[in-house]
Amino acid sequence: MIQLIKMAFRDLGRNRRRTFFSALALGLGLALLLLIAAVIQGELRTSMDLTIKLQTGHLQVRAKTYEADKSSLAWEDLVAEPEAAAAQIAALAPVKAATPRLFASGIVAVGDETAGVSIIGIDPASEANAPYRDGMVSGEFLAADDRQGVLIGRSLAELLNLKAGDQIVLLVNTANGDVDEQPFTIRGTFATGSPFYDQTTLFMPLTKAQTITRTEGYASTIFVLLNDRDQTEAVTSALKSSQYEVVTWQEMNQLLTQINQMSSGFMVVIYLIVLGITATVIVNTLVMAVFERTREIGILSAMGMRGNRIMAMFFTESTLLAVGGILIGLVLGGIMVAYATYVGFYVGNFGIEGMLIGERIYAYLTLTDAVTLIITAFIVSLLAALYPALLAARMEPVAALHSGD
Amino acid sequence: MEVAKIENVSRTYKIGQLETRALRGVDLTIQSGEFTALVGPSGSGKTTLLQLIGCLDQPTSGKVFVNGKDVSTLNRNQRADMRRGTIGFIFQFFALIPTLTAYENIEMPLLLNGKTPAERRQRVNQMLEAVDLVDHSHHRPDQLSGGQQQRVAIARALVTQPALILADEPTANLDTPNGKLVMETMVRLNQDTGVTFVFATHDPRVIQYARRVVTLRDGVIVSDGAGEAPGMELMAAEPKGVA
Ligand SMILES: Nc1ncnc2c1ncn2[C@@H]1O[C@H](COP(=O)(O)OP(=O)(O)OP(=O)(O)O)[C@@H](O)[C@H]1O
Ligand SMILES: [Mg+2]
Repeated sequence: MIQLIKMAFRDLGRNRRRTFFSALALGLGLALLLLIAAVIQGELRTSMDLTIKLQTGHLQVRAKTYEADKSSLAWEDLVAEPEAAAAQIAALAPVKAATPRLFASGIVAVGDETAGVSIIGIDPASEANAPYRDGMVSGEFLAADDRQGVLIGRSLAELLNLKAGDQIVLLVNTANGDVDEQPFTIRGTFATGSPFYDQTTLFMPLTKAQTITRTEGYASTIFVLLNDRDQTEAVTSALKSSQYEVVTWQEMNQLLTQINQMSSGFMVVIYLIVLGITATVIVNTLVMAVFERTREIGILSAMGMRGNRIMAMFFTESTLLAVGGILIGLVLGGIMVAYATYVGFYVGNFGIEGMLIGERIYAYLTLTDAVTLIITAFIVSLLAALYPALLAARMEPVAALHSGD
Repeated sequence: MEVAKIENVSRTYKIGQLETRALRGVDLTIQSGEFTALVGPSGSGKTTLLQLIGCLDQPTSGKVFVNGKDVSTLNRNQRADMRRGTIGFIFQFFALIPTLTAYENIEMPLLLNGKTPAERRQRVNQMLEAVDLVDHSHHRPDQLSGGQQQRVAIARALVTQPALILADEPTANLDTPNGKLVMETMVRLNQDTGVTFVFATHDPRVIQYARRVVTLRDGVIVSDGAGEAPGMELMAAEPKGVA
């Protein structure tokens, strides 16, 4: 066995350049796949985290008839006495924060310019608002008793050329189907990391939002954040009631969940394409090696080396090539993934409804992805050796000995 | 003892429509300890005959026995096992593995036979001494002369102490002094160890070393008799006539 490895090692050394480029091909393929896997995984994770943090929370408790995409304001579609409900939920151990929120749709008008926004009435004191509070880029956060102030996102402020202290007119749909129009002052602007979210969201204190939409004493939802995502199920069953429904982050982020699943399938296709190309290079290298060494194969066969041992020789060679290629791949891939993890890529405003994307994508390589890829690359290299090894093992010793004379 | 026996063997090569009858009904018996030359013009079937005795090839008809065992019907692996255990080859081209040193080349058949490291070391060193290459044991084939390479090949063929060494024109690629040295090495090993040698050659200078000379022409044995090796008694069986 040691002898086989020694021979295989020296055989690879016979054509160093060819060996190096074959290993490099495998290495580049692996590095590329590690990067792709890490970027997709990182993107999905941050996207999910961002969406949970900013938009959906881990759980929402809302009326059975509430339709999120319609921002319905009819009382029967809302949660009554939301403060009490929120306090009750917040008392559960796994719950980090529970706060009532009211959603309405509106239009911001400044001079001739207008922009559609989602108005969110928040309880300014709640811990659940930390991402907005921490993301303040100008002005002040809201106070609970503020009757004239709103916060807008930085992208919207840039779009409409607004800054803290400016006046706007807000048109709001109300519970009885009218549109109310009131002047507001911009108290400050925030940036959440999702330009799309920042461009379409406007905050005001819950009480003011209730007043303007004629929904005093109601909220659209109780927004719940947990200490740990994995506790979702437990809390959901604890909160089950006849009156309200509990919606989980998975249900609210079906698009993302689907993309997550789709991406696994997509990754398999990419794996196959990249490793298929790599395998072709390895097959080619080994087939050339078999033909160059036809006579040697004949000599070994004449000495009584059996076909399976001759095959083992080429498999050993392929294994060494694979180990070299994987090491190259880990170094190159490691550098690429590290860069993408710590520095990230700037992608700009790419979000869509139902999937918030940060303006920078950061890679995240899971151990599972890395191990799967390394094993796959290894198996592919061995499979690639199958044909050349069979070719060598099936050679007739006589024919092999006569080659080249 | 009969090391090899050929009974009415024919070997026909087919390339497309073309049939070449390389051997046509050959009978031959090789006794243990022989030092026998196969001679004859080019294309007469010498290599073909060696390949059949050496279990590298199979006859179209007839039977081949090695060490009393019928090898004409063995499968690939069985033939490989037969070669590994009982036959050593020396080829016209020096047939060493270029990535291995002289030592490692000689060691190879022992590895294939699963010998222990201690046994291997002892046997390889013994063979290096026998072919007078102790000082070159760590040289690669490309660092050895043709004659030295062929002596490595001889050592490798003998290292497993096989019953039979088959050499196909072992001196054809060597100059006269080196050819002489190789032949003398073979003669000495034959005398010292009693191993059987059968070698094919055209070269009269080589034929003179043989104690038995079998002449082939157009795939049949046309003469079989004592060689002209000086001072060596004929150990071969009674000469066989034309088949
Ligand atoms: N693999 C093969 N395929 C087809 N014909 C072959 C093959 N090997 C040998 N022959 C033919 O069989 C005949 C005998 O060949 P062989 O090699 O045994 O002769 P030889 O006596 O060894 O000749 P030389 O002295 O030139 O080595 C020749 O006519 C040759 O062309
Ligand atoms: Mg020949």
